[in-house]
Amino acid sequence: MNKLIFANLTHRPVRTLLSVLAIAVEVTMILTLVGVSHGTLDSNAQRARGVGADIVIRPQNSQVMSSLNSAPMTDKMVGWLAQQPHFVLATGTVIHSLTFPDSITGLDFPAFNKMNGGFIYVEGGDPANDGEMAVDRYYAQQKHLHVGSTINLIDHVWRISGVYEDGKLARIVVRITALQAIMATPGHVTVIYGKLDDPKLAQQVVDDLKTKLPGYPIMTMEELTSMYNINNVAGLKDFIDVVIGISVIVGFIVVFMAMYTAVLERTREIGIIKAVGGSSQLVLGLLLRETVMLAIGGTVLGILLTYGTQWLMKHSVPASLVQETVYYWWPIAGVIAIVGALLGAVVPGIKAVKQDVTEALSYE
Amino acid sequence: MSEGAVGTAMATAEVAGAEPMIQVRGLTKVYRVGDVDVHALRGVDLDVARGEFLAIVGASGSGKSTLFHILGGLTPPTSGTVRIDGKDLGGMTNQQRTDLRKTTVGFVFQKYNLLPTLSAEDNIKIVEYIGGRSTAFSPEFEDVLKLLGISDRLKHKPRALSGGQQQRVAIARGIVNKPAILLADEPTGNLDSKNSAAVLGVIKDLNERTGQTILMITHDPEAASYASRSVHIRDGQIV
Repeated sequence: MNKLIFANLTHRPVRTLLSVLAIAVEVTMILTLVGVSHGTLDSNAQRARGVGADIVIRPQNSQVMSSLNSAPMTDKMVGWLAQQPHFVLATGTVIHSLTFPDSITGLDFPAFNKMNGGFIYVEGGDPANDGEMAVDRYYAQQKHLHVGSTINLIDHVWRISGVYEDGKLARIVVRITALQAIMATPGHVTVIYGKLDDPKLAQQVVDDLKTKLPGYPIMTMEELTSMYNINNVAGLKDFIDVVIGISVIVGFIVVFMAMYTAVLERTREIGIIKAVGGSSQLVLGLLLRETVMLAIGGTVLGILLTYGTQWLMKHSVPASLVQETVYYWWPIAGVIAIVGALLGAVVPGIKAVKQDVTEALSYE
Repeated sequence: MSEGAVGTAMATAEVAGAEPMIQVRGLTKVYRVGDVDVHALRGVDLDVARGEFLAIVGASGSGKSTLFHILGGLTPPTSGTVRIDGKDLGGMTNQQRTDLRKTTVGFVFQKYNLLPTLSAEDNIKIVEYIGGRSTAFSPEFEDVLKLLGISDRLKHKPRALSGGQQQRVAIARGIVNKPAILLADEPTGNLDSKNSAAVLGVIKDLNERTGQTILMITHDPEAASYASRSVHIRDGQIV
């Protein structure tokens, strides 16, 4: 039986390849979306951890996973926090959003560097004045930037002072005073990071601060980074579900068309199998196993294509979106592909089962 | 073939003390074509003895193919009784007719009906598989393949075989599960005279050497002459 299934698959190689390719695209769509979602969130979490802080304080009433574009907290809070028990250091940052997912972050470089050792520069160094900007190497690669080149952002021309390794807080940084001036919020910050003498006391310190600063989202860095997941980004989970639904429909249609034409084309062969004693279950089983083979082939190719999209993304938009390989989604995408394909094979399968043997044998 | 061997009204074999391999009584088949009832068979009575090679001879539209389809369990009768190797086909469900084709009846068709994507060997083995048997050829069956003259053509796909070779593969496929009866529908209808003679010779040889019961449908009296007995069918009745 397996020989017959393989023989049928290889008998019409173009149809088989197109079916496999269509299922592969379906799988790639799912895995790429999931990979980008995970990758982008994980990369944000990694950059947050790279700050080296133990505690994060955001503006009153702000949503943790929403982007910030204002500086509502007075920088006096930074000094006040630094005086609190167990605080070793506190520093404020200012964030100005650009087109998604980019943003410019204003830093107090001496404090920031003290907190985590500073950026590791591939070339150049920290901005020396309010007209300079440092970017990570992915952003530099995407925008073809080097030390000394200029870039126009938020209606300002910035000179690149340095290109640093990715992994700390942001991709685009300027001096905090520069951004405060542009945003007309001198003396104010967007987010405050705190470093403790003992990271194990972070939760205790957070609980203490919450009583002193009611209404402020205050959390440990561990808590913040744990919130970088798909379920906490508004609409993302629904979007993924919609894409999966579309993928299943695509798989269904492709396999339906392929198997329907296969059943029509193999009318006589189906009649032969039935004539020699092949049961309806056997005929249906043949078609379904062939469908599963197509789906498995499509899944494997889809996984391979996902590496292609990963490479493409890394080389064309390295700073915008990060795609991860999410291994546990491989079997999920495979099951989705198989289910969609099997659904597509149901109607052709019923048609095959219902074929009259004598009519099938006389089919030309 | 002597005149006396040609069919009679009852077309029954004289097999004293043994149940016929095929016993047909009062068989009718009515097809509905549009609004018209077509009486393809009008009360056929027929006995085929075990080990017999019977030819049913008839012109196009005589009802011989309908008889072939009913005897093979491919289509149900309208009325009458049909017993093959003791099994009553009357009232059989689709599944029971499928089982009959799997275990009791082998087929040889005019157009060979080999699966084009499989080799000759796999065309035979798939029938063994469907029949629930081991797909390794027995030494006895290897001898049959030699008798059929296809031992060296088994790895080829149907398109690489001549019509005569394809029909001999079909014969091998038809008997590989040792059916009680081999039904052949115009087995030489697509062959030239040389290949026809070869195939008919092989069928006759098979009948004589192995005792395989064979019922052959044909319109060709010359083909029928290879059988041990012939009956004629006309307008849905044995004459």
